Amino acid sequence: MRKVYKLDGELCANCAGKIQAAAEKLDGVNKVSVNAMTYKLTLDCTDETFDANLQKVVKLFADIEPDCEVLL
Amino acid sequence: MNKKQKKKRNRILVALGIFVIMEVLEIAGVFDSLPYGLWVEFVAFLIPYLIAGYDVLAKAWHGITHRQPFDENLLMAIATIGAFALVFFPESEPHMAEGAAVILFYQVGSLFESYAVGKTRKSISDMMDIAPDYANVLNESGEIEQVDPFEVAVGSEVVVKAGERIPLDGVVVSGRSQIDTSALTGESVPRVVEEGAEVASGCVNMTGMLTIRTSSTAENSTVQRILELVENASEKKSRSETFISRFARIYTPVVVGVALLMAIVCPLFLGYSWTQGVSSALIFLVVSCPCALVISVPLSFFGGIGAASRKGILVKGSTYLEALSKVDTIAFDKTGTLTSGTFGVVAVHAHGGVEKDLLLSYAAHAESYSNHPIALSVVDSYSGVIDRDKIENVEEISGEGVSARIDSHEVLVGNDKLMAENGQLYHDCKLVGTILHVAVDGEYLGHIIIADMMKDDAKQAIDNLHAAGVKRTVMLTGDRKEVAEAVARELGVDEVRAQLMPQDKVDAVESLLEANEGTSHNVAFVGDGINDAPVLMRADVGIAMGGMGSDAAIEAADIVLMDDKPSNIARAIRIARKTLRIVRQNIVFALAVKVVIMILALPMIGIANMWLAVFGDVGVSVLAILNAMRCLSVKE
Repeated sequence: MRKVYKLDGELCANCAGKIQAAAEKLDGVNKVSVNAMTYKLTLDCTDETFDANLQKVVKLFADIEPDCEVLL
Repeated sequence: MNKKQKKKRNRILVALGIFVIMEVLEIAGVFDSLPYGLWVEFVAFLIPYLIAGYDVLAKAWHGITHRQPFDENLLMAIATIGAFALVFFPESEPHMAEGAAVILFYQVGSLFESYAVGKTRKSISDMMDIAPDYANVLNESGEIEQVDPFEVAVGSEVVVKAGERIPLDGVVVSGRSQIDTSALTGESVPRVVEEGAEVASGCVNMTGMLTIRTSSTAENSTVQRILELVENASEKKSRSETFISRFARIYTPVVVGVALLMAIVCPLFLGYSWTQGVSSALIFLVVSCPCALVISVPLSFFGGIGAASRKGILVKGSTYLEALSKVDTIAFDKTGTLTSGTFGVVAVHAHGGVEKDLLLSYAAHAESYSNHPIALSVVDSYSGVIDRDKIENVEEISGEGVSARIDSHEVLVGNDKLMAENGQLYHDCKLVGTILHVAVDGEYLGHIIIADMMKDDAKQAIDNLHAAGVKRTVMLTGDRKEVAEAVARELGVDEVRAQLMPQDKVDAVESLLEANEGTSHNVAFVGDGINDAPVLMRADVGIAMGGMGSDAAIEAADIVLMDDKPSNIARAIRIARKTLRIVRQNIVFALAVKVVIMILALPMIGIANMWLAVFGDVGVSVLAILNAMRCLSVKE
């Protein structure tokens, strides 16, 4: 399953890269992209892990760049 | 300004008010006259400091606890806490006012920075905001329902009113209107569409109402495919961008190391006081923040890609924009790229005193029953009406031409062979193309030359490329040598390689690549993408023409020109060069300012203060971002 979420707040290319690198290591993630230009998160996971991984990615945002939040 | 930015602005204003009051009290000597005056002053300046800068402290702490410590928040926190901490060293002169002022200045700067970034980002994404929000679906009972385009099934009928965007690709079932395709192609002249016309999603319906039967889902629609391509472009990073992020990774620890060294070595071995050593180190840390680069470089590329897409030039990644800026050799495919690939009458040579119209009229009448491309182009170029009642005994002679009886005259229209077989005298022509001789009742009237039509702006395109500094233009074609050379001469292309098979084109591009080896210049190939895919991939920059429709083109190329205009190549190069110029300006400017301030901060010079350091950090960032905004505009 692949979904696109909008991001709100402030995000620099550097933090986006860190979040993306960490998210790519999660189990069940096929492809993830955190775009600091379009402010979009694209998450592509296996169906059964999607919700759990989404929660983990949201937490990555809170840890690495608390000024930016994912609009669910 | 968004909500967060407004909150920050208000906080800064409150802190600034309190700070000014405290500063006035200090100058008036109120604190000195109080008991424990120094401590009262300490608290007095701590209040505006915390109001303005508590988030900086919180973020610095967050960084430490999450093991991402080296960011500008930590640097600012150390530097300003340092200024306050001097109060505990009785022999030094405390800098509490300066600590509070610096954090205020820093916050004003970073607020401005975030505002400028937000504004630039927004204007770029607005430019790309061509995705329709809804579709008016006609349901079974004939009512109009507004739904999300992603929920519309293929084959549904949707109504598009004047002023609305076409939500999905489809065919017009009823209505007649003009549509604005500029969002997709950059072409500003509206296109007239009526029943049976194919329309692409993302175009704006300008005048009448259209009913469209959809032929794609939203995911596969033209507009979504384009958006996906452009939005993901910022992920394919250019060398300058990867350089910056790699640079930042090495740079920060190095700077922190140097600062530590300065704080320790200068007082211990060089005879400077601890205060001097530590304050130099703090200034050093603050000014060193690489934000100006980390933010402005990707922003510039994004702006350049956005500006290009506005002109119908899709760049698949900032790395290709960078490669394009260094192109000095361009190879072109001929058919479909420089020529339109459709046949047309390029000249009518009448023999003796014969009227050209008469010549064309006989030819058009004779050819009117054929649907061969050459016959069609003759009929097309005849402006009069074809009267079929006049035509009798039409006989097509395969590979030679047509004979017919028109208005009770015996007419022969065809090539040399047909003329020779019928014992008809004829003239040769020096023009290159397919030649149709026309003879009536044994009398030679003249000939018509039919050739692949050159695109209107093909010559302009080559001229512009030469003017933009492209040294070598090469035409690669499978066509005959004479035809290729004639086209090249007319267009001003420097070199021609004719009669090439698709594999030969790859070899030709490879030889061009070899010629450029060892230089920093690149070779671009422009083709229409279908059988040029291997060549498009082999060249440094592959440019495909006419992305509206051909998936093969979009797939293989690095850059896609949405409309079929070769003149957009020069424009794309100009945009690429401008973007790279701005990126270079920002890198040089930011590093130069920072290095100068770092040198001024050395204890042996000691001119730089914390104010200058904050300017070197956020001030330089803001200037670099404002410069990056220039990437958005394209000169006509």
